[in-house]
Amino acid sequence: MGVLNEAKRLMKKNIREYGMYIALVVIMLTFSIATDGLFMSSRNISNLINQTGYIAVLAVGMTLILIIRHIDLSVGFVAGFLGAVAAILLTKTGAPVWATIMIVLASGALIGAIIGFLVTRMGIPSFVATLAGMLVFRGALLRVTSGTGTIIIPDKSFNAIGNGFIPDIVHINGIHTLTLIIGVIAIGLYIWSELNSRRDKLKYNFEVLSTLMFAIKLLFVSAVIAYITWTLSGYNGLSWTVIVVIIVVLIYNFVTNKTVLGRHIYAVGGNPDAAKLSGINVNRITLIVFSSMSMLAALSGILFTARLQSATTTAGTLFELDAIAAAYVGGVSAAGGVGKVTGSIIGAFVMASLINGMNLMGVDISYQYIIRGAVLVAAVIFDVKTRNKRS
Amino acid sequence: MNKNILEMRNITKTFPGVKALDNVNFQVEKGEIHCLVGENGAGKSTLMKVLSGVYPHGEYSGDIVLNGEVQKFQGISDSEKAGIAIIYQELALIPELPVYENIFLGHELTKGKMIDWNETIKRAGEMLKKVKLNNVNPATKIKDLGVGKQQLVEIAKALSKDVKLLILDEPTAALNEDDSQNLLMLLRELKEQGVTSIMISHKLKEVLAIADTVTVLRDGQTICSLSAVKGEISESIIIKHMVGREIDNIFPSRDKKDFGDIVLEVRDWHAYNPELGRDILNGLDFNVRKGEIVGIAGLMGAGRTELAHSIFGNPADYKIKGDLFVMGQKKKFKNPNDAIKAGIAYVTEDRKGNGLILIDDIKQNITIANLKSLTKQGIVNSNEEIKAANHYKSSLNIKAPSVEQKVGNLSGGNQQKVSLGKWLFVSPKVLILDEPTRGIDVGAKFEIYTLMNKLVDQGMSIIMISSELPEILGMSDRIYVVSGGKIAGELLSTEATQEKIMEMATN
Ligand SMILES: Nc1ncnc2c1ncn2[C@@H]1O[C@H](COP(=O)(O)OP(=O)(O)OP(=O)(O)O)[C@@H](O)[C@H]1O
Ligand SMILES: [Mg+2]
Repeated sequence: MGVLNEAKRLMKKNIREYGMYIALVVIMLTFSIATDGLFMSSRNISNLINQTGYIAVLAVGMTLILIIRHIDLSVGFVAGFLGAVAAILLTKTGAPVWATIMIVLASGALIGAIIGFLVTRMGIPSFVATLAGMLVFRGALLRVTSGTGTIIIPDKSFNAIGNGFIPDIVHINGIHTLTLIIGVIAIGLYIWSELNSRRDKLKYNFEVLSTLMFAIKLLFVSAVIAYITWTLSGYNGLSWTVIVVIIVVLIYNFVTNKTVLGRHIYAVGGNPDAAKLSGINVNRITLIVFSSMSMLAALSGILFTARLQSATTTAGTLFELDAIAAAYVGGVSAAGGVGKVTGSIIGAFVMASLINGMNLMGVDISYQYIIRGAVLVAAVIFDVKTRNKRS
Repeated sequence: MNKNILEMRNITKTFPGVKALDNVNFQVEKGEIHCLVGENGAGKSTLMKVLSGVYPHGEYSGDIVLNGEVQKFQGISDSEKAGIAIIYQELALIPELPVYENIFLGHELTKGKMIDWNETIKRAGEMLKKVKLNNVNPATKIKDLGVGKQQLVEIAKALSKDVKLLILDEPTAALNEDDSQNLLMLLRELKEQGVTSIMISHKLKEVLAIADTVTVLRDGQTICSLSAVKGEISESIIIKHMVGREIDNIFPSRDKKDFGDIVLEVRDWHAYNPELGRDILNGLDFNVRKGEIVGIAGLMGAGRTELAHSIFGNPADYKIKGDLFVMGQKKKFKNPNDAIKAGIAYVTEDRKGNGLILIDDIKQNITIANLKSLTKQGIVNSNEEIKAANHYKSSLNIKAPSVEQKVGNLSGGNQQKVSLGKWLFVSPKVLILDEPTRGIDVGAKFEIYTLMNKLVDQGMSIIMISSELPEILGMSDRIYVVSGGKIAGELLSTEATQEKIMEMATN
């Protein structure tokens, strides 16, 4: 009985966060039933995750941008342009893959710094500055691909970033064992860190979950990780894209939740004037956030180009809107100051699941857009309503 | 037949974790001025929000009876139709729009489908006359009026809606002496014309001057209703009912008064505001010594807040000339962070605007200016953070269910305490307080004054900017009077009087 009450309380307190996970599960189950389990097959889940990668990393960066009350419309074509730059570096100059990645990421950071400079020092609203960026990089993409059109990338190791899977040690019965091992390690690390933080809290005599509830939580999350890795290991195992996304999420989640920088970002979003008077350098934070955004756009460009194994003249079209939608579905507040990186990732998967599932069901593209729009609105309504209810 | 225009019966309103109103009964007679007093967080604003439909019927329990009829307001527009108008402490005017448009915003005067601007301007002029703003042109933009006049425009707006019951939530909190007197006079005149008013205030002198009846709330409950004609009202009685104990001397005395060396000094301090295109500070000299409380008095607009900003790292980017010394060393602060590093803290006068992050919780607000102290290898220790926040929550007596409560949900006075806690957490050498007790109840004022004394005893220096002369006189060791961006005079606490200060301030 006590546990039930506790669960209810937890549910109430975290309704917004849990709501998103529940929505994702509901969507997945619905499609599963509608497609006779095809949706949840190892192969499709693996595909779904890899398709979402390049939007997911953008959504992570966009989360921070929206938190500090700005917007970045340039990310789509920055991704497209830098993807083309990567293709040119690889094919024309014969640069090694690692150097190409470094150069492209650094260029992304630089582009972001320039946008940040325009916003902070020149006082241009970010909507305008990045709208200009969108035009400029669209032009730049057309420019660098003008002679060649689509640039095919022959480099296998580069393309693996978007298509490839991690190698296996021993392949038993079509099961990818290394993926399973990584899954087990992940569960171990998760349990270890939860135990640690619980012990710390107890040391301070702070309230913690009851032992039973805590055990249920550990079990539940472990089961989810186990299920995902099991599903993936049934196909080709973990893809490089997944690894990249996980690393990005871990880093950004850590920075936003645990570090001074992260806390300053939320403070700037919550009330820029108060942040300034609290000794926070608002311009510096803004610059960092825009830089990180464009660097993630560069990464998105790499993932997308590698996935297509080529750079095209229209790469990056409308990525920015998908990323913004993912962030809003994921609980970022339009008023700034509120939002979580993990939420936006879930948001990205909700949107991607919709597309994927509707494709499997053969829903006409016209309806797909309408349904996606409706889901975006529904998600934000839910968010706004629960926000008002919460203390 | 009933002499009560309003009866609120057994009103209970809860927020998650807080019972803001607990079976409150509240009666207002027709045509009286009824003051509602109580400690910060007692539930005054909440009660008025229930009355005006901000919290619609169904979100509270109990009955609102207006003129003998039970009302079920679904929103503010319902209560307005019933003749209730509420003026919040935070003004709800639109700065960029002219006065006439603000007055009729939401109930525009129309001819057919179009707004009748001529009629609007004419009627706005009449409303302005009613609130004694005869010489304000209705076409003036709100932002070009002082706060005092803005407050009167708010009342004009209420009157234009044909109000029967006017509610004012701390209307004089941000007003100076003259403007406050004006407002009180206006309320009396409205009373003659048959308007009933409910006024929330922490300024007990005003309450004494104007109230026909005073109702005291404490911890969400009605404590008592006192009537002026029956001679039941006096300051000490109100205080006793409010805080549940007696406070003899609102300004606690300090035994030890030995001042050390000069900690902070500015010389020939000029500041030019590029936005206004004029000098706002014209050659100030002043200093504060270790263990000293220096009061800065002056009228609104004299440049006191600007002085604080210009010292505290100049966040508004004025052009500054002059020298600043901390512990005898010449300093130049490029931003507030430099000032904080040098040991200066600044509690702003506008806690909602630039003091606090309202969507964040108490602990985040308290630690934001000094996260470094909670950090090991770049990682913020969230447990230490909660501990630190809890420390200030209990030592400053912040009323909230936990440090995880959103600051936006706290009552005004408790927000002020959070702001104070935030700056105590940086352990500054010099603490600049800008209107530190605005909107704070007597009990909490006393606590804050006691705290100030303790801090200077421990060697901190305090610069206190205040528009409340009793506070300046009661707390300062030395007083500077600022007028027109200059120091108009310096007084020792022993020689200072209200008259002397006012004379210097107005010269
Ligand atoms: N939206 C809200 N959510 C949660 N708690 C709230 C909310 N609004 C008010 N409270 C709580 O209800 C109580 C009463 O608050 P209220 O604002 O009515 O106090 P008050 O008497 O007006 O105080 P003050 O003099 O400081 O303005 C406080 O404890 C406050 O924290
Ligand atoms: Mg209040």
